[in-house]
Amino acid sequence: MTMNVSMTVNGKAVAAEVEPRTLLVQYLREHLGLTGTHVGCDTSQCGACVVHVDGASVKACTMLAAQAEGATVVTIEGLANGDALHPMQEAFRDNHGLQCGFCTPGMVMSAVDIATRHPNPSEQTVREQLEGNICRCTGYHNIVKAVQAGAKAMGG
Amino acid sequence: MTDTGIGARVLRKEDRRFLTGGGRYVDDINRPNQTHAVLVRSPHAHATINGINAKAAESAPGVIAVFAGADTAADGLGGLPCGWLINSKDGSPMAEPAHPVLAQGKVRHVGDPVAVVIAETRGQARDAAELVEVDYTELPSVVDTATAANPDQPQVHDEAANNTCYDWEFGDKAGADAGLANAHHVTKLDLVNQRLVPNAIEPRAAIGDYDSGEDRYTLYTTTQNPHVIRLLMCTAVLNLPETKVRVVAPDVGGGFGSKIYHYAEEALVTWASRKVGRPVKWTADRTEAFLSDAQGRDHVTHVELGLDKDGKFTALKISTVANLGAYLSTFGSAIPTYFYAPILAGVYTTPAIYCEVLGVFTHSVAVDAYRGAGRPEACYLLERVVDAAARETGLDPAEIRRRNFIPESAQPYQTPIALVYDGGNYQKNMEDCLAAADAAGFEARKAESAARGMLRGFGLCCYIEFCGAAPSAVAGALGARAGLYEAATVRVNPSGSISVMTGTHGHGQSHETTFAQLVSEQLGVDIGAVEIVHGDTDKIAFGMGTYGSRSLPVGGTAIVKSLDKVIDKGKKIAGHILEASADDIEFKDGQFAVSGTDKALAFGEVAGAAYVPHNYPLEELEPGLEETTYFDPPNFTFPAGCYICEVEIDKDTGVTRIDRFTAVDDFGVLVNPNIVEGQVHGGLVQGIGQALYEGCQYDAESGQLITGSYMDYCMPKASDVPSFAISTNETKSPTNPLGVRGCGEAGAIGAPPAVINAVVDALKDHGVTHIDMPATPEKVWRAIHGGATAMAAE
Ligand code: FES
Ligand code: FES
Repeated sequence: MTMNVSMTVNGKAVAAEVEPRTLLVQYLREHLGLTGTHVGCDTSQCGACVVHVDGASVKACTMLAAQAEGATVVTIEGLANGDALHPMQEAFRDNHGLQCGFCTPGMVMSAVDIATRHPNPSEQTVREQLEGNICRCTGYHNIVKAVQAGAKAMGG
Repeated sequence: MTDTGIGARVLRKEDRRFLTGGGRYVDDINRPNQTHAVLVRSPHAHATINGINAKAAESAPGVIAVFAGADTAADGLGGLPCGWLINSKDGSPMAEPAHPVLAQGKVRHVGDPVAVVIAETRGQARDAAELVEVDYTELPSVVDTATAANPDQPQVHDEAANNTCYDWEFGDKAGADAGLANAHHVTKLDLVNQRLVPNAIEPRAAIGDYDSGEDRYTLYTTTQNPHVIRLLMCTAVLNLPETKVRVVAPDVGGGFGSKIYHYAEEALVTWASRKVGRPVKWTADRTEAFLSDAQGRDHVTHVELGLDKDGKFTALKISTVANLGAYLSTFGSAIPTYFYAPILAGVYTTPAIYCEVLGVFTHSVAVDAYRGAGRPEACYLLERVVDAAARETGLDPAEIRRRNFIPESAQPYQTPIALVYDGGNYQKNMEDCLAAADAAGFEARKAESAARGMLRGFGLCCYIEFCGAAPSAVAGALGARAGLYEAATVRVNPSGSISVMTGTHGHGQSHETTFAQLVSEQLGVDIGAVEIVHGDTDKIAFGMGTYGSRSLPVGGTAIVKSLDKVIDKGKKIAGHILEASADDIEFKDGQFAVSGTDKALAFGEVAGAAYVPHNYPLEELEPGLEETTYFDPPNFTFPAGCYICEVEIDKDTGVTRIDRFTAVDDFGVLVNPNIVEGQVHGGLVQGIGQALYEGCQYDAESGQLITGSYMDYCMPKASDVPSFAISTNETKSPTNPLGVRGCGEAGAIGAPPAVINAVVDALKDHGVTHIDMPATPEKVWRAIHGGATAMAAE
């Protein structure tokens, strides 16, 4: 059995026939080829899969594609403006906030959301707000700096 | 000249693709017409397989094939090999039981692979895997490290009596015994270095792709060393010549050791892709990673340290039981032996050292190298026992270390336990760290904490480790079945752009930037002109890969030596064109110039001329500008440093918070300080994770993995750890022309004892002298409220 889902992803209208059990993250990766959104766990804890759904950060492994019917989804691929990186992407690069890069898309998407809610976040706020994102490489030190710098650059 | 050479804090070349979703990890790759594999794994720790009924699975929707152990055996597949032979005290070789890619009649840990289901989609393969009926007879199991070798325990392998793989020793037993017997004081400690799960955030994945036209396989896999995988898989498992197999390791999302080893799934998808005539893709989910990625540490140790009346160490004696898991992983035998005991001198002049290690099999996932690999275990016991000795003799922890440091003037220092250290001022590292950590202000901060009802503790660790594996002659003499050199090719293209093919592999270490900086420094070009090629056995001559902080000291040196050869060849070409002797050409600031004249050619001009040999004296000068080096290092490198941790503990909840963490490391020359700092941060948090949060646990009765997901295995989060105050000292290593030492593992080695020494210090007024890792709130609370003895017994 399959079902039809349609939504807007990174500004483009998309539609597909999918199995009802298809997760949003599977839909993005396997149907749309948007492999920037990663899967790092099966218990909704690592945050490698974070995307924006209707403006809020969501773990794309916790949501069925069908639940995103009609939604506006932004993934890491949709963040930069052509060649110009989003200020948060720029901040991660400037502060060496990534190593292997696997947690990075989820971290950046979460960070943009954090910055929207906390325009000038303290170190403590950033650390608490990153509760849902695990990085095994960086020790978080530079990620925290990057989120603070990125929030500032976004106009905080 | 360029500003992207050695020492420059240039931003990473690899970042743009990772930040825009353009990274290409194995699971991002899809091959035309591919199928999906899901493994059927043992739900039991120990059981006999009476039969496998795959009928229902085979007829489930989308299923293409189901293979079990009988199928791999029928095709003559070999087992997964172990790369290091360890001999026991009596000279006998270690027990080396078979490690089949699919279970042969018996399963030996929860997660042991039994069958593989291949279907059109991953969902269909997963559904069908549920339908494979395996008839098991459950058997009793053993998972406990300390008691695994007791004669009454269930046996993991028939060929390893008392579950003993080896009973090994190293060092001077008589000397250590005498040193302890004559000591003024002997400090004794029993420690557990708990099992950890490496947990790279990218789960392992593999795609096998057999091309019948070429009669050739391609394996895409999440590995730290593609050539090693090709070598092991071809020679030990699939019996194929290397020419028939290409191994590709594209972007890899962290490894920390867990992606060094040759795993069953790699061989299975490669083999199965020919069986089913289509590409076969497998991606682990996190649960599978917990059940199948090699795990780390897992030592139970008794240590004795002798001291004279002045607090000088007279002898060190160690007895360790090391849990190897159910099977020998690729380097599993070597980690608790040759990667552990030889560094037990630490930074001290202890004259006699002896270490014995009992390697045991248990019904658990295989144990192998995890960030630091053997050296964290050594550093932990040594820095803990030194602190305990300080407490018992009434000396300050810094003072007892001062009395025992190897002085800088004694370098290069021959330790009593094989290694020769290659320079460093260990006392300076500590004094600098004490100053940076404001050790003088600790008592005031402690009083301030106490006023709020909180306990504060100060913990010190002076670590040393060895990197840059390895001088092959030494490794070979100690049982390694491979050499540990590294290869690099520098190819100057006709337009002057430069390709560097390295046998190392970056999976977070920033090789694309650091290695480009080496080229920039030596050839005077911008890093933008340099492409670093890694992770593909078809593109790169050979390599041993990335682990043990070896990429820069060994792989970087191979690049530098190839660059030297390129410059030499360039001089010949320039000499020919400028009608001068090659000996009169000097290369400076990106130009080949005739000494003492203004005649010169830019590097790019020589690159072009190398490929247009219109009037070359071909007898003496070949066209082309490409050089390869295999570099085998003369010694290891020895990074060292000092870490200071200050914790605050809530008496009522037992929660430990790290208030300050200060690090001083001597990594020799830094090529890119940003990247080095990032490596230190990451290592420190893995070390703090071990000290306070992480621990892999199996149920003693059933052998079930209790900590099998991120719900149960506590990964450090951003809010669990502090920011760090880190700095470096620089003692150039004489072992390689770059003077580098390696920085990837230091944090994970030095942090655990620093944290636990701080915790014990905070609890000392409550009579606590020891606490085992991880120092969870429950353990700390019990230690405060139940006293020290209750804790030690746990
Ligand atoms: S994949 Fe880990 S939280 Fe979604
Ligand atoms: S950069 Fe590797 S997991 Fe975060």
